[in-house]
Amino acid sequence: MSGKEYRTITDVKGPLVFLNKTEPVSFGEIVQLRLSDGSMKNGQVLDTSDDQVIVQVFEGTASVDRQTGVKFLGDVFKLPVSKGLIGRILDGAGRPRDGGPEIVADEMADIIGAAINPYSRQSPESFIQTGISAIDACTSLVRGQKLPIFSASGLPHNDIALQIARQAKLVGSDDDFVVVFCAMGITAEEYNFFVHDLERTGALENAALFVNLADDPAVERLITPRLALTAAEYLAFEHDYHVLVIYTDMTNYCESLRQIGAAREEVPGRRGYPGYMYTDLAMLYERAGLVKGKKGSITQFPILTMPGDDITHPIPDLSGYITEGQIVISRELHQKGIYPPINVLPSLSRLMNAGIGPGKTREDHKSVSDQLYAAYAQGRELRGLVAIVGEDALNERDLQLLKFADIFENQFLRQSRDEDRPINEGTLDLAWDLLSNIDTKYLVRLDQKWIDKYHPTDSKDSEEE
Amino acid sequence: MSKENGLIYRISGPVVTAIGIAPRMYEVVRVGHEGLMGEVIELHGDQSVIQVYEETSGIKPGEPVVRTGQTLSVQLGPGLLTQIYDGIQRPLPKLEETMGVFITRGVDADGLDLEKKWEFNATVKKGDEISSGQVIGTVQETETIEHRVMAPPNAGGKVKSIKSGTFNITQPVCTLEDGTEIAMMQEWPVRSPRPFVQKYAPDVPLITGQRILDFLFPLAKGGTAGIPGPFGSGKTVTQQQLAKWSDAQIVVYIGCGERGNEMTEVLDEFPHLIDPNTNKPLMNRTVMIANTSNMPVAAREASVYTGITIAEYFRDMGYNVALMADSTSRWAEAMREISSRLEEMPGEEGYPAYLSSRLAEFYERAGRVRTLAGDDGSVSVIGAVSPPGGDISEPVSQGTLRIVKVFWGLDAGLARQRHFPAINWLSSYSLYPQALDQWYRDNIASDFPEVRTDISTLLQIEAELQEIVQLVGSDALPVDQQLTLEVARMIREFFLQQNAFHDVDTFSDLGLQYHMARAILSFQEEAKKAIAGGAQLEDVVNVPARTDLMRGRFEKGYDERINELVTEMGQQIAASMEAN
Repeated sequence: MSGKEYRTITDVKGPLVFLNKTEPVSFGEIVQLRLSDGSMKNGQVLDTSDDQVIVQVFEGTASVDRQTGVKFLGDVFKLPVSKGLIGRILDGAGRPRDGGPEIVADEMADIIGAAINPYSRQSPESFIQTGISAIDACTSLVRGQKLPIFSASGLPHNDIALQIARQAKLVGSDDDFVVVFCAMGITAEEYNFFVHDLERTGALENAALFVNLADDPAVERLITPRLALTAAEYLAFEHDYHVLVIYTDMTNYCESLRQIGAAREEVPGRRGYPGYMYTDLAMLYERAGLVKGKKGSITQFPILTMPGDDITHPIPDLSGYITEGQIVISRELHQKGIYPPINVLPSLSRLMNAGIGPGKTREDHKSVSDQLYAAYAQGRELRGLVAIVGEDALNERDLQLLKFADIFENQFLRQSRDEDRPINEGTLDLAWDLLSNIDTKYLVRLDQKWIDKYHPTDSKDSEEE
Repeated sequence: MSKENGLIYRISGPVVTAIGIAPRMYEVVRVGHEGLMGEVIELHGDQSVIQVYEETSGIKPGEPVVRTGQTLSVQLGPGLLTQIYDGIQRPLPKLEETMGVFITRGVDADGLDLEKKWEFNATVKKGDEISSGQVIGTVQETETIEHRVMAPPNAGGKVKSIKSGTFNITQPVCTLEDGTEIAMMQEWPVRSPRPFVQKYAPDVPLITGQRILDFLFPLAKGGTAGIPGPFGSGKTVTQQQLAKWSDAQIVVYIGCGERGNEMTEVLDEFPHLIDPNTNKPLMNRTVMIANTSNMPVAAREASVYTGITIAEYFRDMGYNVALMADSTSRWAEAMREISSRLEEMPGEEGYPAYLSSRLAEFYERAGRVRTLAGDDGSVSVIGAVSPPGGDISEPVSQGTLRIVKVFWGLDAGLARQRHFPAINWLSSYSLYPQALDQWYRDNIASDFPEVRTDISTLLQIEAELQEIVQLVGSDALPVDQQLTLEVARMIREFFLQQNAFHDVDTFSDLGLQYHMARAILSFQEEAKKAIAGGAQLEDVVNVPARTDLMRGRFEKGYDERINELVTEMGQQIAASMEAN
């Protein structure tokens, strides 16, 4: 491109600028706008034809007028990547925010990211111990997984994400995670909370931060996660790092997507979100995984706040169809004062079975997890019944299950913010201890051989006999 | 004809508008300097609207667009089985070879290996009269599957020469009197159904080894089934179980807008799985199409057509084919996305108005047919649906339910209780049992349909009783109703729940299913007798032999032991009466 500057803006609508009579401009090309006061804005081509070009402006269109100069840079959006990204804080468009120098690029990486050939992927199967019992036992995380936290406003999802970032490790391995943190439209307060915590624990030196705050341009949020994931891919697949990507808050991202859709007068899908939101989200979430022949990996922890605590809202709903499970934070548990308030019942890890069992965690893990689920689910259901008919109407089995639900919440779920429970001696043994409050004949999900081997009282009984 | 080459006028995501060419609808064109593959989906004055199967960023107006003269087609011939394709039949291993682990663009790859030599055995001879679709020879494609080479459509006449021997798939193996040369490979446009002589009524069940499916809600060979369910309810696992265990000879698995890691799991796992019918690797009978959610959306739209065309091709050889599409909702969304780029007037929830007719056309390609060669073949289609928020009143679920004959309704509540497969026995249905009952009577047991009715009646009664229990607790019920609840619990925990990840429990043949159902009924019978004779319900329920019977299903050789365990249970229940 000749670096020609056009002054042919015809329309400005929300974050979009429409231009006439340009030379051929390519789809996805990066655009620079020079305002009459000399300040600069950046944008990207959304639609291009011989007659008209539509540009979305990342910083918003305030002060743009028909005299604004528009320059097409002849290339799609790229991020300078190098190992120097680690330890840096960048803004939502990839510029240094920490006062440090520009990133010296080893390579310029296209931020859209190509799809990984499904045939070239490697199945994720290395168990990650988070030290949080609810997750480790019931929704086990594996390396290369994308496991979102479905939360809602006022709940401690940030604490949980940070605790995971701090404690996550592979059992029996020294490999550390590099954290890529991506903030989209969070408040300065939340941001400070993250940064202080990462600083306090020394994790900041091992992290790259991409930050778009609540008062930063909303449209910029559409590229922030792409920058973060591009950095993650580079670190994972060029430098063999195991990367943990935390992004928050996906709900703000989707709002921006809707904003652009509305400005383009697209036909809206559910609740006004664009029909292509599924594909768009997939292009972020699917950038997790492991690739044959490369040592690194990308594990994703997207955080999203469900509007109105509604899990059927399009944002959690479409996310749930793409991600490999979800960790659901419960307001009810939070109000009972339980931390972490993870409701294991709707939570799920689809890759759990590949990551647990003999040689990975322990042979009884699957059975124990199933039993915990079943007993807790029935116990919770009985609470509803007791509210109507009282405890007297319950039989022995139901009473035990009812009691177990409380025990489970107070002793298994509950742990402190810096308590790091090892999976076998911590989480699973604790589970057996708690399950021993229920008669073994009601523990139908447990194989007899595991009962013989691990049940604390049952094995004692047999010794006495 | 200078209408062969044109220019790009406009680009909007996967939709490109070209001027200066006059292609046919659905013709394949090459777009831009990189020659990206696209398909014409709308003609508008001088403008041709093209959906492009690859990422379009960086492409400019003014770049060339070239016609190919062909519609989107697949290559059919030996080499399809064990292969893993993307949505437009490019082999993924081949793409890895040429592009590395990330799928970039502008790479063309043949669906079949054109160089590979196959051993062709002619089954007709010089002078024979052959017609289109007739088998002219065979190739042992994999250990278990014999590929039947058919005369392509519109080819027919007297055989002038035919030779057995080693050929690649483009070399002619047979010449007709009229000069037509027939090679092992043929091409077929994916959007047109392949021809057959006649469709039959389906009267043979597709056996899947999944108890709730086979026993309560069976699918016929050549039938159609829909599996709607919210995320996390086990749709994908159910589909994969069907792909692994169903007694179809050929399986076509379409991962349409699927998760990458999940697809990898399938790709990793399938080659290690053994087909229970042949004891050979399952891959030998499988064709996979993997178009993950982040791969280009237009290729996702094409992937179901690619899949069903391959399925029909094997059907025409006289095979029973099972096709799984996971998930048709992603396919519908791809249609919606492209339709919205075309600025078409939307129907319900932004889906195009032609959504339900497209769904119907797709499912109509299923069926048990008499092939052109005179054999019987079938394509059974099982489509997963992912309704937003689990609400099946949405257009894709509704459009699907209007067509399919079997509905396996997945239930998030059951999944939360870890009741798997989480198929709701109250809302699911199958319209096939009547047509299939005779088959069950002849092949499994003469009272099979009656046993099924008993079991499903018990589940119905339980649902009614549960409503009362919710209000007053189970102790308030009379003892016979409490027993009914126990029996129904046994049906749920022992029969309907099935562990897909357990070596033994993952598959039960129909005979075993029948015996398990009988075991439950005989428990009910014995328990009734014992209680009438003064036994306590609790003692009856807790006889050790019943626990053994229920846990035994996880052990090998259960089918041989089950009757023994039932007898033992009967004796212990009878004894509990005497103890009182």
